Amino acid sequence: MLEQIEGSRAVAETVALCRPEVVCAYPISPQTHIIEAVGAMVKEGRLSPCEFINVESEFAAMSVAIGASATGARSYTATASQGLLFMIEAVYNAAGLGLPIVMTLANRAIGAPINIWNDHSDAMAVRDSGWVQLFAETNQEAADLHVQAFRLAEELSVPVMVCMDGFILTHAVEGVDLLEQSTVDSFLPPYDPRQVLDVQNPVSIGAMVGPEAFEEVRYLAHLRQLEALERIPSIADAFEDLTGRRSGGLIHSYRTEDATTIVVAMGSVLGTIKDAVDIRREAGEAIGVVGITSFRPFPSAAVRAALEHAEQVVVLEKAFSIGHGGILATDVAMALRGTDCEIHEVVAGLGGRPITRQSLEGLFYRVGRGELDSLLFLDLDADVVNREVERMRASRHSGPSAENVLRDLGEPRVGQVS
Amino acid sequence: MNKRPFAITLDVGSSRANHTGSWRVERPVYVERLPPCNDACPAGENIQGWLYEAESGDYAAAWHALVQENPFPAIMGRICFHPCETACNRVKVDEAVGINAVERFLGDYGLAHRLSLPPAGPPSGHRVLVVGAGPAGLSATYHLRRMGHEVRLVDSAAQLGGMMRYGIPAYRLPRDVLDAEIARVIAMGVDVQLNHNVEDIARERDEGGFDAVFLAVGAQLGKRVDIPAGDSAKILDAVSFLHRVAEDDAPMLGRRVVVYGGGDTALDAARTARRLGATEAVIVYRRTQEQMPAHGEELEQALGEGVTMRWLSTINQVDNDTIMIEKMRLNDEGFPESTGEFEQLGADAVVLALGQETDLSLLETDGRVRVRDGVVQVEPDLMTSVRGVFAGGDAVPANRTATVAVGHGKKAARGIDAYVRGVALESRAKHELATFEHLNTWYYSDAERTQRPELEKVRRQDNFEEVVLGLTERNALFEARRCMSCGNCFECDNCFGVCPDNAVMKLGANAKYEIDYDFCKGCGICAHECPCGAITMVPELI
Amino acid sequence: MTKRPIHFYQVGSFAVGNRLLSDGDRTVQSDAARTNSIDSGHRACQGCGEALGARYALDAAMRATRNRVVAVNATGCLEVFSTPYPETSWHIPWLHSLFGNAPAVATGVAAALRVKGRDDVRVISQAGDGGTVDIGFGTLSGMFERNDDVLFICYDNEGYMNTGVQRSAATPPAARTATTEVVGPQPGNTFGQGKDLPRIAMAHDVAYVATATVADLHDLEAKVERAMSFRGARYLHILVPCPLGWGSASNETIHVARLAKETGLFPVFEAEYGVVTSVSKIRRLTPVQEYLMLQRRFAHLFGKNPRPDIVTHLQEMANRNIERYGLLEDEVARPRHARTEVQV
Repeated sequence: MLEQIEGSRAVAETVALCRPEVVCAYPISPQTHIIEAVGAMVKEGRLSPCEFINVESEFAAMSVAIGASATGARSYTATASQGLLFMIEAVYNAAGLGLPIVMTLANRAIGAPINIWNDHSDAMAVRDSGWVQLFAETNQEAADLHVQAFRLAEELSVPVMVCMDGFILTHAVEGVDLLEQSTVDSFLPPYDPRQVLDVQNPVSIGAMVGPEAFEEVRYLAHLRQLEALERIPSIADAFEDLTGRRSGGLIHSYRTEDATTIVVAMGSVLGTIKDAVDIRREAGEAIGVVGITSFRPFPSAAVRAALEHAEQVVVLEKAFSIGHGGILATDVAMALRGTDCEIHEVVAGLGGRPITRQSLEGLFYRVGRGELDSLLFLDLDADVVNREVERMRASRHSGPSAENVLRDLGEPRVGQVS
Repeated sequence: MNKRPFAITLDVGSSRANHTGSWRVERPVYVERLPPCNDACPAGENIQGWLYEAESGDYAAAWHALVQENPFPAIMGRICFHPCETACNRVKVDEAVGINAVERFLGDYGLAHRLSLPPAGPPSGHRVLVVGAGPAGLSATYHLRRMGHEVRLVDSAAQLGGMMRYGIPAYRLPRDVLDAEIARVIAMGVDVQLNHNVEDIARERDEGGFDAVFLAVGAQLGKRVDIPAGDSAKILDAVSFLHRVAEDDAPMLGRRVVVYGGGDTALDAARTARRLGATEAVIVYRRTQEQMPAHGEELEQALGEGVTMRWLSTINQVDNDTIMIEKMRLNDEGFPESTGEFEQLGADAVVLALGQETDLSLLETDGRVRVRDGVVQVEPDLMTSVRGVFAGGDAVPANRTATVAVGHGKKAARGIDAYVRGVALESRAKHELATFEHLNTWYYSDAERTQRPELEKVRRQDNFEEVVLGLTERNALFEARRCMSCGNCFECDNCFGVCPDNAVMKLGANAKYEIDYDFCKGCGICAHECPCGAITMVPELI
Repeated sequence: MTKRPIHFYQVGSFAVGNRLLSDGDRTVQSDAARTNSIDSGHRACQGCGEALGARYALDAAMRATRNRVVAVNATGCLEVFSTPYPETSWHIPWLHSLFGNAPAVATGVAAALRVKGRDDVRVISQAGDGGTVDIGFGTLSGMFERNDDVLFICYDNEGYMNTGVQRSAATPPAARTATTEVVGPQPGNTFGQGKDLPRIAMAHDVAYVATATVADLHDLEAKVERAMSFRGARYLHILVPCPLGWGSASNETIHVARLAKETGLFPVFEAEYGVVTSVSKIRRLTPVQEYLMLQRRFAHLFGKNPRPDIVTHLQEMANRNIERYGLLEDEVARPRHARTEVQV
């Protein structure tokens, strides 16, 4: 049933359809609407049986989920940004213990400077944690991915993080076709844990493992992710068979068949990119898009197959590794080893900076003309940067950069205030 | 393949594959140490052993354990001066365990329930002559009978018991108790000859065809001392006095009786005099109370009955109805010396309680038995200088108590048994003493000693009713359970409980425990926390 | 008062067992068929108080719940020595996640059990003092505040022993640790710091808070049993001497724990809903010096350059506890030799 609904609400409703048994919540923007909605559903009895636990921190939230999952309960939580970082130890632990927790990550930048707006720095910070990370392009996909996430997680005993862009998706009201309970029930069987704390059949979970077996344990986790590479498309297929809707999978390709230039990106920005691509196509440019849905496991083979015929690959991403460059770009480059593809890294949309179609068009135009550097920060205000660089050169006591930059940008407003 | 996640999830209890016993540098070992009570008991009783049985309320078992060593628990429970209690480690916690009281309770229990001594052993074909039917002779008879030897028991007196009958007043040892416990020994099959004075021991032995002889003739002669006395002065010795009282032939002493001496016999004489009607019974002793050899509780009872004391006094002159005493003082070495101060006391009679001597006239015809200082000299197995002739009790050098005599009887029986069988006496190695330092007294509940009730003083004055009364069962049980079981496991489960490595195995009731050396790391907590010192740590030989 | 006093001579009141006690009066530990929740082969040091405390507490909990206990364990000695791959010493369902999250993980376990209707299965969360008073403090307070149905047990050995004896907020003043070395004018740990977690737990008004030591098994087991009779958050703080970290002899673990209580330095009490309901009285009042001298971590207070001022300071701490909790028996003179009725 198609509804005009906020992204968070759509996710909350869908998560509820998945019958989570323990949901832990700690507020952090921009995921709060999701857990608020789930909390209300539990409190009013619409979602039952379910324990909704208001915890005292994200660290506790993930820890509660760990305990619940290890006791055989389907467990869910949501977080963002600083919250994810605060729980990061438990995030790794959940993966290490192979607990099929599903978590929504409402992607948001990481401070300092503190910033509540969207980018992908938070997700990138835990990309090596052993979680599956699926990126939603739309609210519809965000909702659908949660159903698939629970199934994938529980089939493989691996935690799954559904990443959706903060505010851009979480707070956007769009038409979303919410699933029926019966549909979800037929897709998602009850949780049958691989290991569980059971007084009838006791085990010790969470042993200390030394050098004699640690590498093997880690390799087995890797194997499980490789297995996920096969399961993710087939689960998406099964979901499509059931609902008639294509959501999830490893990657989405758009107009790439004959493309000599292919843009690679993740999340909601793909929509804007597609618009820009359509415009460039109309201008006669052979350009297409590959959207990565499964960032971890990284579908190297699929990415290579989708990109290897292109001459230029532009990887546009909302995070980067400071002092190095693109993170996704590095993964794409590895997938394209031995091909002649030229790879451009474009960092864009940090801390909620809008990625406009105009900027993208300009970008693609420059790519077409071969004007692009290997690493580009889209719409970077060079003046602001230069002024701060000057200040720092001039005085060791130049003050905090963030505040200096704000002052540069906001002089009229600062003037109004003072 | 294991369905569980590799390495992270483990099957329970699998650490038992890891034998941490290899860490050990010391190992705990269960030991049995000698409880100080047992060590101190002249009769060689396994006191801790029978208290252990009594603790569980199995008084019959306790009694049987007791009579393994001493056939007279009801008697001992009344007259023993219980060196066990002096030695008792509990003294350092609160007060000694009332061993003697429990022994009496058990003895009385045995009499009331007509418990039988162990039967006589199968006939050995050997014959033994026991001279003297006091505690030493009777004890020897008992043990010899259990070994299967034939015994002839002879005594010059008309009744059995020796000093237990003729020296100890009935208010301390009722005659029915004495008779009953002696009868139990005689019932084992003993050839008793009373009113039989042995005059020549060698002849008696040869004529009777005895393989061995045990001389237990006691010390029945009261020591005399020269005191200037008027013709009509009434002076007699305590031994004969008590003997005559025991034979219902009490001499007339008059209203005021002075007893001279400081031992238990002096107290017995004074207390007996009170019971015979003396309104004044005064003990004159040349030293101080602290130096008095008599036992404290006896003195306390005597004072309670109106006996008065003249410390640091000697009798210089005895007249018809007065005596002259001289006051003494202690010199620097603690010896009494004259002060030259005199005092006259009224006295209708003077009883001398200055010690006893042994009548060894029966040895005179055969000079081979070596005698020194009036007592028979013996080897550690109590054999005299004549092969096959053993001696014990008051007739040999030792403390002259009934309990020592009972111990001698047992020891002599062992010596005689070895001698007649022609084997060497097995010397049993003593366990290490369970001293207070071996104990962890934290674990013992605070429990003050139960006092035995006493007969009201007013009822003691003119009769020979028993003064000290027995414990109730409840009190006896309580008292038994005050025993700390020094040096011997009593299954408190501490070792089993306190091991951080679960390396102590509990084998079940009475089976005690075993260390599992596969896992014992040798931390030593079990030994440290053992209340009774029954575990020791031994270095591992690496 | 939850503890039923057993007046049993000779040792029924204090020792682990006694052949003459009725089964009901015996400790769990005296039972040859006890669970041994943590079994042999673990790698704890010789004389480890924590290994002992954990078995005492969990076996008692197992009896109280008819063997329906799930345990969550924080990182620390207990975790490391009990579950090094490929062997575990546990016989109960057991989960280790992280150092600072054992209370929250237990919350999750309890929530899962509740949602599954398994109210017969009870949850115990356990940690050392570091995992309790320091790194786990936030999650513990959260668990208390939510009143989750979890018994949290702190095995307090007064420092980070697993990492090589560093200071925690439970390390006593003046004690030497690797991060409070015996140097400078105030050697050892600083005075005036540290957290009194039992009292902090009481401030949460949770159903039950108690302290215990490995030296009094009867008391400890009674407290576990009492704790299991409540629902909601509960806290049990058990003092477990560490021969390694305290520098005490391996055979004196229990003795040292006993003295901690008998000096007043470690008050043993229980509280319900924020109110102290009983205290374990000092039986043989002992000066702190006797306790301190058994431990090398306090050796700098004695010997060549003694610090009687610091010892006095520690004695004052003990005195304050004695006063605060009323740890001394009332000095009512008991009549000696006047026993008419005795309990056997």
